[in-house]
Amino acid sequence: MVTDSVARQRWQRTRFHIVSGKGGTGKTTAAAALALALASGGKRTLLIEVEGRQGIAQLFDTPPLPYEERKIAIAPGGGEVFALAIDTEAALLEYLEQFYNLKRAGSALRKSGVIDFATTIAPGIRDVLLTGKSIESVNRMSAGRYAYDAVVMDAPPTGRIARFLNATVEVRNIAKVGPIKKHADSVLNVIQSNKTMIHLVTLLEEMPVQETIDGIAELKENQLPFGSVIINMVRDSRLVGSADPGALINMTPTAHKAKVKEIQSGLAAAGLATKFSTAATAGSLLEESVGYAERLELEQNERARLESTGTELIELPYLANGIDLGGLYELATLFKEQVGF
Amino acid sequence: MALSSDPGVTHVLPANTNHLELDRLIMNPEVKVIVCCGSGGVGKTTTAAAMALRAAEAGRKVCVMTIDPAKRLAQSMGLTELDNTPRAVQGIGNLNGGSLDAMMLDMKRTFDEIVVAHAEPERAQAILENPFYQALSSSFAGTQEYMAMEKLGQLRTEAEQTGVWDLIIVDTPPSRSALDFLDAPKRLGSFLDGRMMRLLAAPAKGGGRIAGKIVGAGLGFATGALNKIVGAQVLTDLQTFMASFDTLFGGFRHRAEQTYAQLQAPDTRFIVVAAPEPDALREAAYFVERLGDEDMPLAGLVLNRVTVVPLADLTAEAAIAAADRLAESTEDDHEHQLTEDLLRLHADNINTARRQSQVAKRFHAAHPLVAIGIVPTQSEDIHDLAGLRLVGNLLATEI
Repeated sequence: MVTDSVARQRWQRTRFHIVSGKGGTGKTTAAAALALALASGGKRTLLIEVEGRQGIAQLFDTPPLPYEERKIAIAPGGGEVFALAIDTEAALLEYLEQFYNLKRAGSALRKSGVIDFATTIAPGIRDVLLTGKSIESVNRMSAGRYAYDAVVMDAPPTGRIARFLNATVEVRNIAKVGPIKKHADSVLNVIQSNKTMIHLVTLLEEMPVQETIDGIAELKENQLPFGSVIINMVRDSRLVGSADPGALINMTPTAHKAKVKEIQSGLAAAGLATKFSTAATAGSLLEESVGYAERLELEQNERARLESTGTELIELPYLANGIDLGGLYELATLFKEQVGF
Repeated sequence: MALSSDPGVTHVLPANTNHLELDRLIMNPEVKVIVCCGSGGVGKTTTAAAMALRAAEAGRKVCVMTIDPAKRLAQSMGLTELDNTPRAVQGIGNLNGGSLDAMMLDMKRTFDEIVVAHAEPERAQAILENPFYQALSSSFAGTQEYMAMEKLGQLRTEAEQTGVWDLIIVDTPPSRSALDFLDAPKRLGSFLDGRMMRLLAAPAKGGGRIAGKIVGAGLGFATGALNKIVGAQVLTDLQTFMASFDTLFGGFRHRAEQTYAQLQAPDTRFIVVAAPEPDALREAAYFVERLGDEDMPLAGLVLNRVTVVPLADLTAEAAIAAADRLAESTEDDHEHQLTEDLLRLHADNINTARRQSQVAKRFHAAHPLVAIGIVPTQSEDIHDLAGLRLVGNLLATEI
């Protein structure tokens, strides 16, 4: 929840959101939900993917995205979300055309391996191109206003994010002069500005939380504008009214016996078939809850570790029925409520 | 524990699924290398470590190479340093003549070691200091995959020469796609060995500079474009790097091909690791198909973190209906709150298990011959030897 007014203003000012996270934490889902949330109420946002894996298309259940901006969803309460899958090669050709009028040479360049060189190995150039293309869409004007109210990038994972965004430093180490360096510098100016926020998506599990904490430190070290931690797939406790998770773990035999009895009488009161109103059924249900309580405790510990970093935490629930468009809207609404935009 | 005979437990897979016979695999003396692959975040490292521990306790002399293990798991295996050296894991009981060594891969160091081992000290130093080498060895997407293969080759040679290990189990880098492990080395190799690279490397060897007229207008134009993109000084660095590198390896592509070919050796088996989710299983399916194309033997699929629910004949619908009845009848006093909560929890678990089972069955339908092993979800992260032993046990048990 974002309660601090300074933080709220920052959210309102931000035009470029970079969403990273450990693999498997659902960063594409979180990025899509954020793009939908930011578009709601008649705004227009762009959701960008840079890793060439068509995660957005899979999420929205559409055919693979071409290298062009196209509308992918209508936001709650009006508004539009566009999507773009950046293709590094095409972005380079576009860049060459823009600055050198070289586009028609594309196929000759491809054959000779220059494209391969520039997009795969020349360290940092690929990353500068990807962020450069994103920033072009952040800054683009159309009819006297910004073409997009906000741009959301589904970025590379936490382990690579600082390097990815700092590509300009690497480019500077290698290319001390030259046009690509200038380009890199201008890209970094936007990334490091107060119009950009970098969010890290995590789960309440040991490794993703550790990576998130390390990631926050790394971003700060590199003067990159860290935004918030998005905790994904949070499950509401099913034990709210009935038991403290701690009370279910390491029960004494007497306590266990009493609980089995309590549950058995509950099962009878619930009008379940007799074969389910047994001590065996009660014991089995209790067993299920012990494993659950242990996991809850673990999650609470991980949450405490995140809270101790003093950063803004946004929580998105686990959706039992999987992520479809309806689920994304649900997440977008929750996003909006917590950030307050 | 034959859970499959218990009608009360959810069935993850159809009865005709081949079960992954883990013990037969790790005890087969002809199997000397097991490679664990899969997309990121599915538990590859844990699976590799659990198999290694089980094999060692069954009497094999095992070396396990991990990549980026969770901190506590690494510590429990004595992996406190990222130093590329396999060390004996302490605290294991009776090993029946077996042994377990573990190491963490340091890709940059592995690369540096190759350079130092193959070049004169002076030249090696020049390469290590070159900015292109530094970027390539620490950040090129694919270097980690390539170095994992290199290290596997080194361990294999050491095992053959000294007999210190008879089974090597490797974890693979946390790439988004399992295929990256197979593709990256080739990409790196063919790239470094490509036409462009040769062209760039050539002039520095002769001491001259790039001459467009020699290589033809197309390539001259290309280097011109490159000049514009990166600046001229970059090319000089690159040429120096390529020239040293080329003589060092005598054709990087050749080396990459050899490393790759090791994976087709008859004593090597692949294990694909996945979580019971659509994305992870889709990746696993791609990988299984690819292994088939490449004649690389697949031992089976490990499905991690599977929700296995007891009392499956109490359906989610019945449990929710019962919970709702309790909620209505005891509106004020919450007398049966605990029972109500547990019934809803049970319904959640049954629904999760059902969904997981659907994706697993879809995989099985497309790849009916692939043997599958299941690790039920644990309430805690696996962070010690006892946990690894438990995972090994679960994996070896038919569910």
